[in-house]
This record gives sequence, C-alpha cells and structure tokens, in this order.
Amino acid sequence: MDRFERQHILSGFGIESQQKLQNAKVLCIGAGGLGCPILLYLAAAGVGKIGIMDGDVISLSNLNRQVLFGENDLGKPKASVAADYLRNKYSDLEIVEIPEFITTANALEIMSDFDLIIDGTDNFSTRYLVNDGCFLLKKPLVFGAIYEHEGQILVFNSAKAGGTNYRDLYPNPPAATEIPNCNETGVLGVLPGMIGVMMATEVIKVLTGYAESLENKILFFNSLNYQTYTIDFNSNPELKKLIPDTFEAFRAKDYSLSCETIPSVDWDFALSQQNSDSIIVDIREASEMPKLEREEVLYLPMSKLLKESKSLLAAGEVYLFCQSGIRSLKAVTELQKVLPGKSIYSIKGGIAAFLSKQEESNTYGN
Amino acid sequence: METKEQKISVRAFGMIAEKIGSAQIQLIGISTIDELRESLFDQFPDLKNMKFSIAINKQLASGNAPIPADSEIALLPPFSGG
Repeated sequence: MDRFERQHILSGFGIESQQKLQNAKVLCIGAGGLGCPILLYLAAAGVGKIGIMDGDVISLSNLNRQVLFGENDLGKPKASVAADYLRNKYSDLEIVEIPEFITTANALEIMSDFDLIIDGTDNFSTRYLVNDGCFLLKKPLVFGAIYEHEGQILVFNSAKAGGTNYRDLYPNPPAATEIPNCNETGVLGVLPGMIGVMMATEVIKVLTGYAESLENKILFFNSLNYQTYTIDFNSNPELKKLIPDTFEAFRAKDYSLSCETIPSVDWDFALSQQNSDSIIVDIREASEMPKLEREEVLYLPMSKLLKESKSLLAAGEVYLFCQSGIRSLKAVTELQKVLPGKSIYSIKGGIAAFLSKQEESNTYGN
Repeated sequence: METKEQKISVRAFGMIAEKIGSAQIQLIGISTIDELRESLFDQFPDLKNMKFSIAINKQLASGNAPIPADSEIALLPPFSGG
C-alpha cells in the first residue's frame, strides 16, 4: 500500500492516472489565499513536481486565509515557507521555490519548465501577463479569482480547450481605478479555500484526463448560497491579436495597468526628490509588511487617508505607495478630490518594486 | 410591437450585482445587447465605467447579438482577487 491507495481504487482513476500526476510538473503562481489550498491538495494528491512562485512576504492579515502560514512566519517569503512545509510532509515530491514576482522578464523561462500553470495571483496586470505567457507557450492554465463571497474558475489552453484564453472573455484589463483589491475588499478565509480546492480539482482533471474539466466554460460560485452558474464560450480569433505575437514582443510589453490619467513615477524618481519638501506616504494598513525603513516615510493607511489628508497640506509633492501599485493609483484619484491642485503621484509597482530593485542592486552590485 | 414587450431575466455577479442592488432583475422590452446596455446604463449609471461580459442563455454573447424572448442574461465581471 502507498499513500495514494484511495486514488488507485477510485473507479476510473486508477494507477494510470496516479502515474500521470506523479510525472506532472505544475507551477502555482501566487501562494496566497488561493495558492495555499491548491498547493496543499496537489502535494497530497502526489503531483510529482510543484513550483511555488510568489515574491511576497507573509503579513499578519494574510493568516485568516493563507493556511500554510502561521504567526512564526511573519515577514518570511511565502514561496520558501510554503515549500518547506510541503517538503516536510512529503518526501516523494520535488518542490521548487521561486520567491519572485512573475514579470515579462522571467515568465517565459520559468513557465517553460512546467506542464501546467495555475494562476492564483491577486491583480489584473499579473493575470493578463500569465494568460499571454501561457498562450504563447501553449501551456494549459488553470485560473481562479475571487471577489467577496464569489469566485470564478476557468481552464485555458488545454488540449481539449483548444486556444481559448482569458481575453476571449475579457479582451482588455479594466482601468486601475475600477478595481478594488484584496486589501480593501473583505474576505472570509473559507472562500479562497473553496475556490482553491476547486482549482486543484481542475488541475487533477486536466493532468489525468479524468472526468470533464471546465474547458471553454467559466464557472461562477457563490459561497453564501452555494449557487453555481456556468457559461460556455469559444475562442475568438480576432481577440488573439491582443496577445503579443512573439516572445520578444511579450518581453517588451508593459502590463502595468494603463493609467494615463493617473500620475505615476518609479522609485528612483520618488527617492531622488526627497531632498525637497516632498513626502513619501505608505498607504498600506498597519499590518502589511515589509515596512520601508526610511526616515521620510509617513504612514497614512488608505482607511484614514481622506480623513487625515490635511497632514499632507504642507508637503510640496506627495508620493503614495502600497503593496503592488494598484491601491496607490486609486488613492491618487481620491486624494486629488480633497486636495485639488496638489501634486500627487503613485509610485509604480509599490513596495514589491522597491524590493526587487533592492535585490537587483544586491545581485549586480550596482 | 410584440417583441418590444418581451421579458428577460438578468442575473448579475460580483460588483455588478452590488451596483444593481440585486443579483437578479427582470427587464421588459429588450431584444438586443445594445438595448440591454442602454437600459442598464440608464438605470445604473455606475455600470458605464465597469468592465463585464454578457451571456445569453449561458452562452457568451458578442457584438449586438439578438436576445430571444424569455432569455436568461448574465452580467459577468472579471474578478482579480486571490
């Protein structure tokens, strides 16, 4: 008997399907609310090689839903903690940790090492990037996303799905300002748990060919009333033109949300302005890590930003940053309403961009 | 015209349901996607600035597709949270 006995004896699954899982190489992008249950169940099911990619570190507010992490893990990289946890549980799997955010520079190379990609990330720019990368590499993509009490699950690019991809449903990303993100929208930890387990189920189906997977369908699930709603769709050749047509074009594409109307600057620029009367504001909530350890940083979380906007009156220019650069875009538009005429900027890529900038200079000695 | 009086039911998800104030509404006199959008934007102006796809009878619709009588329409916003 081995640890997969109950899968071997499952009617129609058998040792053959188990062998397919064991031979499979799966990359989970995002080790958060969705990634945690996905990783737990795919490792338990015996998926032979599992890549865990996430550049974020664990913060206190993650713990209601990111069930691979605990109090002792705060501030540590999600990918490494998740990988250690799974390695300790199962010696028969190859667990690869990639503690980086996915970018156009690293995506194609990293994804090429895997048979199937899972998108459990938390923002639209990454989702379009992952979609386009998978499309170019012809890798099956299991996609899941949540909003409050609802989730949506899809399977793209599998052999059965033909060439369907995310752009068949949503050709272009929404504007940055129409999007709430996970830190503003509350969530019960169980919701990503359920959606993540459903995504893991789809991964197993696609890898083994067992049962019908959600190819060419989008499933909506509501955790309050347990209703599901499934819609069929087909690939639309016209919309494929929105995807970069070569690897080079993909690497050159800027996936950061189009925000022509919202003034944005990069970290180098914002930091170079700090000899004047300008100010850098961390608009993340108190629990979000890591902090930017610099004197000139003012902590004014999004929840208090408008109420306490007067504290920014004295500053010449205001530079806002958050975790990944999405909330700060929205914050700029909100602040502009209460501080008309003030020069307010969003710092592109948030603290994540600062950390990868720092890492680059450590690596290359610049 | 009889077709102008046809009834359809509209289901909404995510933020679209929030803006509409309900996950399900009935509309009368709608026979194309363009008419549907116009009617929705009229009643719920917030929807103008939001991205969503539309399905007719559980099949994704594109362009100004006709909407048969008694159809079930679904308004499908993209989610990004994880």
